[in-house]
Amino acid sequence: MNVNSRTAEKIAKGFIWVIALTVIAVLIFIIAFILYRGLSVINWEFLTSVPRRSGRIGGIASPIVGTLSVTVLAVMIAMPFGVGTAFYLAEYTRGGIVTRIIRFCTESLAGIPSIIYGLFGFIFFVDVLGLDWSILSGGLTVAIMILPTLIRTSEEAIRSVPKTYREVSYSLGGTKWQTIRKAVVPSAIRGISNGLILSVGRCVAETAALIMTAGDELVMPRSVMDSSRTMAVHFYTLVMEGLSERNAYGTAAVLIILVFLINVVANAMINRFVAKGR
Amino acid sequence: MANKISINKLNFYYGEKLAIENLNLKIPANEIMSIIGPANSGITTLLRTMNRLCDLTPDVKIEGDVLLDGQSIFSEHSSVTELRRRVGIVFDVPTPLPMSIFDNVSYGPRLARKRNKKPLSEIVEKALTEAALWDEVKDRLKIPAMSLSGGQQQRLCLARVLALEPEVVLLDRPCSGLDPISTAKIEESLVELKKKFTIIISPHNTQQAARISDRVAFMLMGKLIEEGANIEVFSTPKDQRTNDYIRGRFG
Repeated sequence: MNVNSRTAEKIAKGFIWVIALTVIAVLIFIIAFILYRGLSVINWEFLTSVPRRSGRIGGIASPIVGTLSVTVLAVMIAMPFGVGTAFYLAEYTRGGIVTRIIRFCTESLAGIPSIIYGLFGFIFFVDVLGLDWSILSGGLTVAIMILPTLIRTSEEAIRSVPKTYREVSYSLGGTKWQTIRKAVVPSAIRGISNGLILSVGRCVAETAALIMTAGDELVMPRSVMDSSRTMAVHFYTLVMEGLSERNAYGTAAVLIILVFLINVVANAMINRFVAKGR
Repeated sequence: MANKISINKLNFYYGEKLAIENLNLKIPANEIMSIIGPANSGITTLLRTMNRLCDLTPDVKIEGDVLLDGQSIFSEHSSVTELRRRVGIVFDVPTPLPMSIFDNVSYGPRLARKRNKKPLSEIVEKALTEAALWDEVKDRLKIPAMSLSGGQQQRLCLARVLALEPEVVLLDRPCSGLDPISTAKIEESLVELKKKFTIIISPHNTQQAARISDRVAFMLMGKLIEEGANIEVFSTPKDQRTNDYIRGRFG
């Protein structure tokens, strides 16, 4: 190696280091800033009482419940359709017209801004189906919104399972379904779970679509037919209407911690149940 | 002796490309048949046709017939999964599934739902013993199969096929990339196993074919050039091309 290429090597390495460090620094700064402003607000009272006087005082118990229920509902609705479609695309079809239509639709859906989903949800679920502003309307809307991501990541995960696993399974007398269940799913489940975690993140973070479908009720919801605002919507309202910067940061901090917890728990579960035997 | 497999006028196409041309071959039961030939001779295709794994490849066309015990394997009445249980295959690279040794070996029987007949542990022990791997792994059946050495993995793949108690075992260059000791172990098991099974192997060199086979077939560019008893083919080949190949003039 001559001096020139060695210098180039050093410059490239330094360049990549600086870029990586910058990105990490920015991310850490944002998280640290919000936690710094927000953590002092969080206490048991804040987590367990509902907002009062439009959120100027009181806690965020109902937005927490709203967020969790919309998210759980959306993921539960979207998962079977998303993962099922991914398996169809990856295993059951060799690129016919149906496949191309599905692909085209999912790709188009992925590029649509969430407010459009919100508008659709408002017209279709809230108005036409008469579900009103409710956790159910919100969950259904967000479910459609996360479908493209879910299909894309799951399909990728299924396709990345080595072809030999399938061949081995077939060669040992496996049927298609047995092969998918016993040889493909165990290897793909980690990638599929990652897609699910991504989707959960989108649900938790969504505001525009949910304002129009789940509403912004502050009272603790009693069923999925009740309107409820999510934490992200609550945060948005507090800031935009200048109600309480303090509580806004508290909400943001809880949101960050929640996303963090979801990631940790999900990864721990994947490692516990999936990664054995490897 | 009865023919276990008869291949009649087999033509095999990948799309437009002819990979096997008018191939006729009779394979007797309980013998080791070696199919030798340079790369791209259609040997892998032939092996994968015998248990219809070629079905997985898109756009293939098959003419002619392959009979297993006199029954066509392509007939609409025969089940593909049943065929693959009777005709097992070991691939050219070790292909353990990402699960434990035990789960790998019991994979086939579990799918076949034979668990009531005999406990899985017995099946696994028997298969691993036949593949000369039992002594090395009997205390650690729960560890991931991927953590075994390459030679052990390949014997595991053989055991996985044997666990289904097949009638025919196909081996597609099973010893390529293996060390001489592992190769010797696999060869020893094969010679032992032919008492129970019919073995069709694409050996990784002509010496291996000479060591273990009863009969030898030579394929070149998708055609069967010559077939006969081991000693005949190696000492007095009838075709000049066979002679050139086994003397190492090409291939």
